Amino acid sequence: MKSAKIPQWTGDPVQPLPMADVASRVAAGLCLVEEARSNPDIWALTSDVLNSTGLVPFAKAFPERFLNVGIAEQSMMGIAAGLATCGKIPVAATFGFLASMRACEQVRSDIAYPNLNVKIYATHAGVALGKGGTTHHALEDVAIMRTFANMTILEPADVLETQKVMAAAVAHQGPVYIRLRRGPGPVIYQGELAYQIGKANLVREGNDLTLIGCGRTVGECLLAAALLTQRGISARVLDMHTLKPIDDEAIAAAARETRMVITAEDHTIIGGLGGAVAEVMAELGLATPLRRLGVRDIYAGIGGEDELLAKHGIAGPQIAAQVMQFLE
Amino acid sequence: MTINPTRLHELEDMARRVRRHILTTVHAAGGGHVGGPLSATDMLVALYFHILNIDPTNPQWEDRDRFILSKGHSCIALYAVMAERGYFPVSELITFDGIDSRLQGHPDMARLPGLDMSTGSLGQGLSPGVGMALGARLRNKPFTTYVMLGDGECQEGQVWEAAFVAARYRLGNLVAILDLNRLQQYGWQEPGGMRPPLDDPRRQWEAFGWQVSVVDGHDITSFVEALSTARQESDRPAIVIAHTVKGKGISFMEGDYSWHARVPTDVELARALAELELREVQP
Repeated sequence: MKSAKIPQWTGDPVQPLPMADVASRVAAGLCLVEEARSNPDIWALTSDVLNSTGLVPFAKAFPERFLNVGIAEQSMMGIAAGLATCGKIPVAATFGFLASMRACEQVRSDIAYPNLNVKIYATHAGVALGKGGTTHHALEDVAIMRTFANMTILEPADVLETQKVMAAAVAHQGPVYIRLRRGPGPVIYQGELAYQIGKANLVREGNDLTLIGCGRTVGECLLAAALLTQRGISARVLDMHTLKPIDDEAIAAAARETRMVITAEDHTIIGGLGGAVAEVMAELGLATPLRRLGVRDIYAGIGGEDELLAKHGIAGPQIAAQVMQFLE
Repeated sequence: MTINPTRLHELEDMARRVRRHILTTVHAAGGGHVGGPLSATDMLVALYFHILNIDPTNPQWEDRDRFILSKGHSCIALYAVMAERGYFPVSELITFDGIDSRLQGHPDMARLPGLDMSTGSLGQGLSPGVGMALGARLRNKPFTTYVMLGDGECQEGQVWEAAFVAARYRLGNLVAILDLNRLQQYGWQEPGGMRPPLDDPRRQWEAFGWQVSVVDGHDITSFVEALSTARQESDRPAIVIAHTVKGKGISFMEGDYSWHARVPTDVELARALAELELREVQP
């Protein structure tokens, strides 16, 4: 499980995906504003990280529905729980590492246990705040949140999917952990996007193997799939935007219809997407080879977001290179 | 909100009934807390039978006053009071701590209608109280949110996160009650005796911008008056610091921290119940 040397892609490069013209956290904040226009029960709370979470437009549009609780994440989760008991839909916004670890017990006991209608808006997922270092990385949050009964976990792959996720999260009755990023990300979807909690999106057809990503790594999987065509490999790509409840059927189909399943996540490989997929495959008795790509039981170190994705083997070229290694 | 002598006698009688339930239930369950519930009993009776604007037949009524027992381990006292108030049959108390009981060792709002918050992890109850007080203000609801804290749990940092922001948002509709029984499970033994969990709670809460009053938590009349005063100020949260005795009402339990969570033997139970009977016939 320990970190091995990540192989590099030796073939030709491919055209990168177009990048969104807006930072993902800003896009998320604007999506929340749109939801709040038609739903007067939506409230936003922050532990003083208004700019960082992209909620300035919300605070300006709805000052009477916005609350800064101060630098106090634990209390914020309890306050959100109390508001939810009064019929509000509180959206508690902070960095992913704080939402999942500083306020871990409050999320479990105050929100998940009583099944209260609180949305946790967790930004800077994975190594999105790469240069902030390990204190500011959120590489454990999915594993932690996945163990809480009643919790739903959603992670959008791009701006259009963020709109869908925000609408679905608000419409869902019960706690939701929304895993968001920081800067601009690649554009995956255009035009119409059918979205349903718990139903993975097939973003590329393929017959040889399946790449499963979530959030930022969906774009990286698409890049890897494009690179793999140079070697005559047809890779299916799934966007596992719902990490809980996970789409067992899409995983089973991938394991039955293709010869290998590879997960790629900006998260520790323990307990996140890869762990969830492994659990499903093992319990269904599907012996298709599985490889989990992600941060391999180490702290990610400091660096730019893209540099860290490459370093940990979850950028497109590194995913493709590792797939070739697995196939040898 | 004053209390006439007849009413006071009824409430004191109810407090004795509740103490009996606490002792017999914990004895029957073979587990549970005793000292903390007994220190909170008189205040819980005053709240549920005289102060809270509630309707046990409609526990989800939107305008009801809210009550959070942040010191959730004392829930057997709350369950006994709720049963006597009509939220569920008194006969259900015997299920306390049993498998699938609605009366869990720490309160579960998803199971038991009438509980306004699930609690049990110390230091967490005041934050949801802040959320409820904000919810009331935002919806123009007239209700008051009450949160009972233990003095020991004020050693948790989250209490002060909530205390800070409650004052900052001028939550005059939030009232905390500090059950100051001056004992925690272990504490600090010093040459002069046991050091209490908090050295100077009045100064601490005043420093956080709260309106503070201090009463005897076993004197129902004073307690009711203090709560009435606490609600009058509209732009500051209030705390009623209630001096109490852990194990109150049973001579051999009073002030003895070993009764924090000890199950009485058959003989101890009989002695304790006899003491409660004896007090009932005193003038």
